[in-house]
Amino acid sequence: MRRAVGALLRKELLVELRTLESVPAMSLFSLTTFVVFHFALNRTSVEGDLAAGILWVTLLFAAILGINRLFVADADQGGFDGFLLAPVDRTAMLIAKALTLLAYLLVLEIVAVPAFALLLLAGSLGRALPGLVWVLLLADIGIAAIGTLVAALAVRTRARDLLGPLLALPLLVPVVIGGARASSPLFTLPRSGGPAARWLLTLGLYDLIFGLIAFALFDFLLED
Amino acid sequence: MRALEVEGLARHFGEREALSGVSVSLEMGQTLVVFGPNGAGKTTLLRVLASLLRPHAGDVRVLGSTLPVNAWEVRGRVGLLGHEPLLYRELTARENLMFHARLHGVGASRVSEVLDAVAMSARCQEPLRSLSRGMVQRVAIARAVLHDPQLLLLDEPHSNLDPAAVELVAPLIGAASGRARVICSHDPAGGLAQADRVLGLREGRQVLWGEHASPQQIAELYR
Amino acid sequence: MSGKGLRTLSIATVVVMAGALALVFFYAPLEAEQGFLQKIFYVHVPLAIVTLSGFVIGGLLAIQHLRTGDGRWDMRSYVVIHMSLIFGVGTIITGSIWAKGSWGHWWVWNEPTLVSFLIILLLYATYQPLRFAIEDPERQSRYASVFAITAGAFVPMNFLAVRLSTAYLHPRVLGSTSNLPGSMALTFLVSLAGIALLFATLCTYELTAKRTRAQVRALRRALLGEGTGPRAARGRSAVPALHNPPAAAAGAAIRRGG
Repeated sequence: MRRAVGALLRKELLVELRTLESVPAMSLFSLTTFVVFHFALNRTSVEGDLAAGILWVTLLFAAILGINRLFVADADQGGFDGFLLAPVDRTAMLIAKALTLLAYLLVLEIVAVPAFALLLLAGSLGRALPGLVWVLLLADIGIAAIGTLVAALAVRTRARDLLGPLLALPLLVPVVIGGARASSPLFTLPRSGGPAARWLLTLGLYDLIFGLIAFALFDFLLED
Repeated sequence: MRALEVEGLARHFGEREALSGVSVSLEMGQTLVVFGPNGAGKTTLLRVLASLLRPHAGDVRVLGSTLPVNAWEVRGRVGLLGHEPLLYRELTARENLMFHARLHGVGASRVSEVLDAVAMSARCQEPLRSLSRGMVQRVAIARAVLHDPQLLLLDEPHSNLDPAAVELVAPLIGAASGRARVICSHDPAGGLAQADRVLGLREGRQVLWGEHASPQQIAELYR
Repeated sequence: MSGKGLRTLSIATVVVMAGALALVFFYAPLEAEQGFLQKIFYVHVPLAIVTLSGFVIGGLLAIQHLRTGDGRWDMRSYVVIHMSLIFGVGTIITGSIWAKGSWGHWWVWNEPTLVSFLIILLLYATYQPLRFAIEDPERQSRYASVFAITAGAFVPMNFLAVRLSTAYLHPRVLGSTSNLPGSMALTFLVSLAGIALLFATLCTYELTAKRTRAQVRALRRALLGEGTGPRAARGRSAVPALHNPPAAAAGAAIRRGG
């Protein structure tokens, strides 16, 4: 299993490095969106709830871009068959793809969060950063789990570009709620406490439940 | 152990019957050639035998393992060469084969070995999208035999290959390879020449089955 | 279900619903603050409860489908989910009317129940487009079941998240059933029973209709004989196909009384 996940991860990263289809698009999208928000809201800096909202909506839509692309290469170039013919556990693909999406999200955030702090956030990010990292991590795990499941579901249908977002957005609402509510106190001035524990717990619960569901159901999407 | 023991295989897609009542058998090392017009079910048959599709009825035993229950036993012992090369266009031949090698638990030396066997070692570091279709087909053949399968499932294996290439890959996928083979072919003369068993399909039904067949019988299928 | 069971169910539904209506109009007291409009609560809340339960049941039926591979579970799951979606729209409409009457707005954001509900409806609205986008019927059923299970688990999760995040304006109905005076509680429970029975009856009607149609098709094929060759694929559809049993088995099924 580990060998299979390793092989898949290597292949994913190689393909991404060659085509640069997902990560640059996601990052660029987030930067552009921040600029759009500046003009749409006519504000030079935001804090509190508004800041949290802007960041999380942007991250969510950037994530959707990544989710849409996640299985496309495999579906179009016979990658599913090649994998299904190998004597490996099918779940290895779920794990490899979820880890890949997680990696994309982390890289996205490394670009987007500093950009956000520079472009829109009132005050400096410094003290809020540790708390924010926890929130981002927990949210990313949830997005990765649901994103992979939805991507696998949507890719083998006719309207794959449309169905992916339509399915993923409602399912990710709790993540946006949890993420935004948890980071809102981190973005208010003066920077004081950390994220509320109950939101971290909510995110954690979501990760657990949907991680298990993705794990249980993924095989059914691959078999024929 | 026989390579194939199939009795009454049926597979449908919704209300359309892709295969019904197919019964064949094949010993190890023998070659089964499947003829039939487009849409007859040849590709479906190959995919069922490869464990990619589950049979909806009938007894199917591939290399001694029953499908679909023991499909996991079959993977890794069967090599499939279909219409798609099952390779990533952005990766090089070597990278593609290393990926499959890792999935099958095969070493890097074997990868070099098959690349040599299909004469692709020189261009194994170029992305597949820059190679001609014939070369891609050769790499696909390499992929199919990488894990040294006991049974080969070949869907028109010589498409895109010039005669020199056909000769080149003969030791890998030809009769001389010693593997049991199921070949889908549109070439009656060539197919019949290497067949130990002949299967004729039309609209999913088995209309011809035996140790030999005449070219006229094959032509009938396409009528 | 045969004709007899369906009739009993329908009669029971009519009786209970008539009883509920009678109670609502003649028995339940007029609520002090909201007056007559409050009576919509006897429709709105049961609709909401039945809708959400329906979605969760749809998920459970889907689990059965994946476990057994029997297409009939998928048919049941499909009918239950799409009926719940219809009842869900009814919930939103009655909720809107109530909101407008009580708080002066057609829509309010700061109460979690209506908001979670909307999100859930948006999610389930993709169920049929998803099915329609997959041509192979077996794969359609399987993917739909995966969706139904994920969405079914999502229902409670979503409620939790939304409720935690907002201060509520929405009258806390469920927790406070014990606080309802006896007459209101009784009326509420009878309404709930009525709407639940209505849901069950409508679902059963739909399932029976589909099953009958499939049997008629199979009969027709059996009468035409088996030599008609492979059947043409039917057009794209979001509705699960009830299996095409071979002609002989179909005949046997019909003789048995289906």
